[in-house]
Amino acid sequence: MYRVEDGRPRPSLPIKGVLLKGLSTPYNRGLHRFATILACWTFLLIIAGALVTSNDAGLSVPDWPTSFGSLYKIPHMVGGVRFEHTHRMIAQMAGLLTIILAIWTWRADKRRWMKYLGLGALGTVIAQGVLGGLTVLFYLPPPISSAHAALAQTFFCLTVAIALFTGPRWVEEVPQVDPDVHRPTLITLSLLSIFVLYVQLILGAMFRHHGMSWWPHVLNALVVAIVLTWTAIRALSLYSRIQAVRRPAILLLALLIAQLCLGFLAFLTRVSWGHDAVQPELPMVISTVAHVAVGALLLATAVILAIQVWRHVPISMEEPLARRTHTPVPA
Amino acid sequence: MNRKVLLAMIGLLCMGFLLLAGCSKKNTEQSSNATEEKAAAPAPAATPIDPNTVATVNGTVKMDGTAPKPAKIDMSQDPACKGTNNAETIVADNGKLANVFVYVKDGLGSRTFDVPSQAVTIDQQGCKYHPHILGVMAGQNIEIKNDDQTTHNIHPTPQDNREWNESQPPQAAPIEKSFSREEIMLPVKCNQHPWMRMYINVVKSPFYAVTDSSGKYEIKGLPPGDYTLAFVQEKLGEQDQKITVAAKDSKTVDMTFKQQ
Repeated sequence: MYRVEDGRPRPSLPIKGVLLKGLSTPYNRGLHRFATILACWTFLLIIAGALVTSNDAGLSVPDWPTSFGSLYKIPHMVGGVRFEHTHRMIAQMAGLLTIILAIWTWRADKRRWMKYLGLGALGTVIAQGVLGGLTVLFYLPPPISSAHAALAQTFFCLTVAIALFTGPRWVEEVPQVDPDVHRPTLITLSLLSIFVLYVQLILGAMFRHHGMSWWPHVLNALVVAIVLTWTAIRALSLYSRIQAVRRPAILLLALLIAQLCLGFLAFLTRVSWGHDAVQPELPMVISTVAHVAVGALLLATAVILAIQVWRHVPISMEEPLARRTHTPVPA
Repeated sequence: MNRKVLLAMIGLLCMGFLLLAGCSKKNTEQSSNATEEKAAAPAPAATPIDPNTVATVNGTVKMDGTAPKPAKIDMSQDPACKGTNNAETIVADNGKLANVFVYVKDGLGSRTFDVPSQAVTIDQQGCKYHPHILGVMAGQNIEIKNDDQTTHNIHPTPQDNREWNESQPPQAAPIEKSFSREEIMLPVKCNQHPWMRMYINVVKSPFYAVTDSSGKYEIKGLPPGDYTLAFVQEKLGEQDQKITVAAKDSKTVDMTFKQQ
């Protein structure tokens, strides 16, 4: 937290003492690029996973961790197998990349919390692999399949955050700070955005995996739209001078609009037109996969915004201090 | 310290994989043991039926109104699936409804029946199930064959029976399975070819039939009595009819489904 003691509006100013943690490691271009590649690879993995669900191919390879009895042989890639096995191969590569990233971060990054973040990512990808296996072995139970879908996007957010924390701006630049005197604070709104998006992710995953009706997801979309618009407008109207806050806020709004349109399309193609379809049809597959992919981007953008707000827009203690000053002190 | 942590993590990862692989194998073994146990359990003696008094029920199942045009299936994702393929959700020719499962739902009381020793067959041919609707007695063996030059996976998704999912490559030996509990319209699908779908109807008595392409069915050997005859269509649902059959009766019971 950051205190404004004179009670006057403060200009944006670099504060060295607040976030020196970010300066305690030298910029490592290789590590940052590797983290960025992992984040992109994870996004590809999310698309591959969404293709499995949309094509109803989740059980086309009936065994796990082997595929048709083998750990390394590539099966005949036809029908549902091409979706499921491609997903498994991309996931294996993501696991390998995460192991490398965790080791690299542990050795190269001087920030202790980053070392543990790398290990956290590794733990998450292992848990994700186990959930993926369990959902195959237990014939896609909705809670496990939904947990697999939610953890996938959690892992994506982690990789995006690692890419951000290893980036030159985070490591080398002194952050521009503008204290927040408004209530609710921007950090509160940013965290609320992540929360409603996460709820939306779980509701969407439960519907997609036949564990729930579609209406809670559609109803919560309204809440998501309100909270995200509020957050983005607050960020843009008060802190647009800070590039690190402005950019994710604009992206958040753009992705929100895209996601609402895709959600409507997915509803039309799957719920309205596709409920009687004899096989997954292309419009349904494209719209639902795009909805999942943009949803992942939206959640990651909300996480980046919250991180940048925490860094650049610390909560000002001005009002509580002012109140305290005016309270009569008993003799 | 760092090296120890890493080694411990890699070790845990390997153990986790081995454990899950072991669990998976154990599940398969347990399920096959369960099937064997069921097969080995002695069946209760069948209630005798006087063959001189048995009746026959037959009829035609029709559909009121025009049947929807069957949806075309795109099988291009697997080159081994050749030929045209239409959805079999509603198959009606001139108003005569095929693939309706007809069975004695009620009225047999506590009678028990011998389970036929002969297996019924499901054939996967042209990336379709033959037949689309199957009737089988609880405990009766089902032989599943693959005549296609591609791998299928057979995945029943029952409500009351045990779920399983097995792949079957081309020229593989037939898979033999049975279901122990009564269940109507138990869906079976192939996750490799998502259009492949059929239904198994598991019943306790031998008094069932599936309507042919002209909508006709026949149930033979029914002892005299009052019964509820159920007609079940995968999309149009179930319609019941109460009937009374006398000794040596030959009763015609027709049914008409309305389009939803």
